[in-house]
Amino acid sequence: MSDIRLVIDDKPVHAQKGMTVLEAAQSAGIAIPTLCHHEKLEPFGGCRLCIVEIEQRGSTRLVVSCVYPVENDLIVRTRTDKVNRLRKTILELLLAHAPDSTLLSAYAKQYGADRDRFEKEASFCIHCGLCVRYCAEVKKQNAIGFIDRGIRKEISFIPEVAAKACWNCKECFPLCPTSYLQAAYVLTEAIASAGAAAGTAPHAG
Amino acid sequence: MARLSSPEELERFRQEILSKRDPSKPCISVCAGAGCIASGADEVIAAFKTEIDRQGLAAEVTTKGTGCPGFCERGPVVVIYPEQICYLQVTAQDIPEIVATTIREKKVVDRLLYVDPATGEKAVHESDIAFYKNQERTLLCSNIRIDSKSIDDYLAINGYSALAKALSQMTPVDVLEEVKKSNLRGRGGAGFPTGRKWEGSRNAAEKIKYVIVNADEGDPGAFMDRALLEGNPHSILEGLIIGGYAIGSNEGYIYVRQEYPLAVENINLAIKQAEIYGLLGKNILGSGFDFIVKVHQGAGAFVCGESTALMTALEGRVGEPRPKYVRSNIKGLWERPSVLNNVETWANVPLIINNGSDWFTKIGTAGSKGTKIFSLVGKITNTGLVEVPMGMTLRDIVYKIGGGIPGGKKFKAVQTGGPSGGCIPEQLLDLQVGFDELTKAGSMMGSGGMIVMDEDTCMVDVARYFINFLTDESCGKCVPCREGLRQMHRILTNITQGKGKPGDIEILAELSETAVEASLCALGKSAPNPFLSTLRHFREEYEAHIREKRCPALSCKELIIFHIDPQKCQACRICLKKCPAGAIDGSKNTIHVIDQQKCTRCGTCFEVCPPRFAAVQKLSGVPCPPPIADDQRMIVRKGKEK
Repeated sequence: MSDIRLVIDDKPVHAQKGMTVLEAAQSAGIAIPTLCHHEKLEPFGGCRLCIVEIEQRGSTRLVVSCVYPVENDLIVRTRTDKVNRLRKTILELLLAHAPDSTLLSAYAKQYGADRDRFEKEASFCIHCGLCVRYCAEVKKQNAIGFIDRGIRKEISFIPEVAAKACWNCKECFPLCPTSYLQAAYVLTEAIASAGAAAGTAPHAG
Repeated sequence: MARLSSPEELERFRQEILSKRDPSKPCISVCAGAGCIASGADEVIAAFKTEIDRQGLAAEVTTKGTGCPGFCERGPVVVIYPEQICYLQVTAQDIPEIVATTIREKKVVDRLLYVDPATGEKAVHESDIAFYKNQERTLLCSNIRIDSKSIDDYLAINGYSALAKALSQMTPVDVLEEVKKSNLRGRGGAGFPTGRKWEGSRNAAEKIKYVIVNADEGDPGAFMDRALLEGNPHSILEGLIIGGYAIGSNEGYIYVRQEYPLAVENINLAIKQAEIYGLLGKNILGSGFDFIVKVHQGAGAFVCGESTALMTALEGRVGEPRPKYVRSNIKGLWERPSVLNNVETWANVPLIINNGSDWFTKIGTAGSKGTKIFSLVGKITNTGLVEVPMGMTLRDIVYKIGGGIPGGKKFKAVQTGGPSGGCIPEQLLDLQVGFDELTKAGSMMGSGGMIVMDEDTCMVDVARYFINFLTDESCGKCVPCREGLRQMHRILTNITQGKGKPGDIEILAELSETAVEASLCALGKSAPNPFLSTLRHFREEYEAHIREKRCPALSCKELIIFHIDPQKCQACRICLKKCPAGAIDGSKNTIHVIDQQKCTRCGTCFEVCPPRFAAVQKLSGVPCPPPIADDQRMIVRKGKEK
């Protein structure tokens, strides 16, 4: 195992080749906020909350730490003014969708984000994709997916798959950083029950 | 036809084609590009064929549908060789006269010639028309010379000679070095040096590599790549095969948007023809080099023009950009080294190989070499595709080639670089076009869209329009783009509707910073440009909208009123009859008054009021003048006084 030495927030950190900056920081006890990251899943790089500043050969730039691989002599700063400012705006944008999310509120407090900054459009889902990716990558079921495109994208259970796969799993529930998932699940349950009443679903409840 | 098995055989075959062709034989070339087809080119071609047959000239005259020469606004475009007589806006009804006069009597049909609006002079030849005269068409010039569906036509203009040269006289490294020396930069937008991209892939350890054509041209108002792919598909194919040879790839992909059915048809046909001739497949021209090409149709997502999203889509997955910090020339399609270049970039490759990098670097500026095709659209006299040397000034493009602004209006700005480009104002018109020059001015080269705007265009509304487009086309994966653009669009819409608040500009600037700095891909990173560049050059327009609820361009519907000047109104009843809302009161001899409650601000009255009266005014930021008193509304006509 090759040992990589880098500096995160002035602290020398040892990491293994192949690790991301986020993993290296976490291993050194440096907290970086995340919403779409999960250790069992491929990095997604969607929420952008884990953005950090890096310095390489004298030049600095911003990268997301959940994707960026560690390298020798890398200097990482996780709380510059700019990083804080970007995280604050990102949180404010998300709070327009899920103003009461516990996780978002906790981060908002930390970064001084105003939950009422932007016009509300409460859809609860913040498109982190944790449920979709967990179901596909860990459970290999694909019982839940994104439908529609772009900014209109929504998560949706696939009734036929969900009716068979979800009853005894529900592992995606606690992953959700807002609370939309339960609602969506209840909806699917209704669809599946309707199917059961018509005699098409294998079992109900 | 047997496969051509060596460069010599290709040359022999070419000579055979040429020997059967008589350059003095009349040839009627009709543009069969999408623009001209939309204005009736198919009927024109059919009418020519019928008329030629009817007059018994079939053996003496050739008729062909060619690629797009670029002057789309005046289509269908017909050029008659060998004299190169150019007729514009030709209809099927004109054909008998053209055949009788030009083909039989060798005379020109005057009324179909181009008339210079400035001088009133007529231009007989394509090369006499100012629109063409000031261009430098190294890529587009072949379009009108060939039948887009004929490989023999491409061979007749020296097609595939660059491929033969590369395979037989150059090593892959020679080819790579030549492209590097040419300083060719990617025509898709970012302007990355093509040779360096190729070199990265060539040097990558992985054995299987790919070369890809990005033909997912999605910028509103841009159609450069479509014209090339439709008009001269073999030139793209030839460039791609040469690229494959240079980097050591045996497999190429053409990612073309499905909204370009003719381009899809022509490139598929070109691939089949090249396979039959042995210019694709195993052991091309006896060189030992194998290469195949597949066509993939996009499903209508603008973001798939972004390199990593395009490759994800090629793999059969949802076209979303990848978050990886590894260049796709090292790890791209299926995690393998992949060179993705734009259509126009590939089209330049055969020219560079044939003419050498020295020839190429003679054209252009220090940082940007060669020519660039722009689609010149908007409030401009001559609309169409223009190919100019890098370094030509925007002023020359707009005025010398474009013929200036129609209708006596004043130039306001030119938007370059597609939806995420920027607006360049009058005072920067002497800017030379080039990658670095345009970026410095707050815009970008992009793929070559050029939208001209006149004084009637509201710059806040322009920003709103492009942000709306990008919001709609955001893939939705990352927050700064998906949510940031949604909020930016909302705020900009409010401003154009008179609901702007102090502080809006600052919020927009903050959302722009977030999108630029934190977005996942280039779409999000460049998306705020329409706002940033209009703010930079037209800040006063934003402030007028927000503070005074005034639209200086008199364009934003919610901020303007239409008013009839009682001193000028001649009670002609034209506006009264045309008003779709029935909002105008008046009669034959009664001065007309607009009921502001009923008015929908459609602008019809303004457009139909005879210019000699010019009684209808647009007002913004001022209260509506009080209506004229009823007892003063009577007009007493002079002739009837007695």
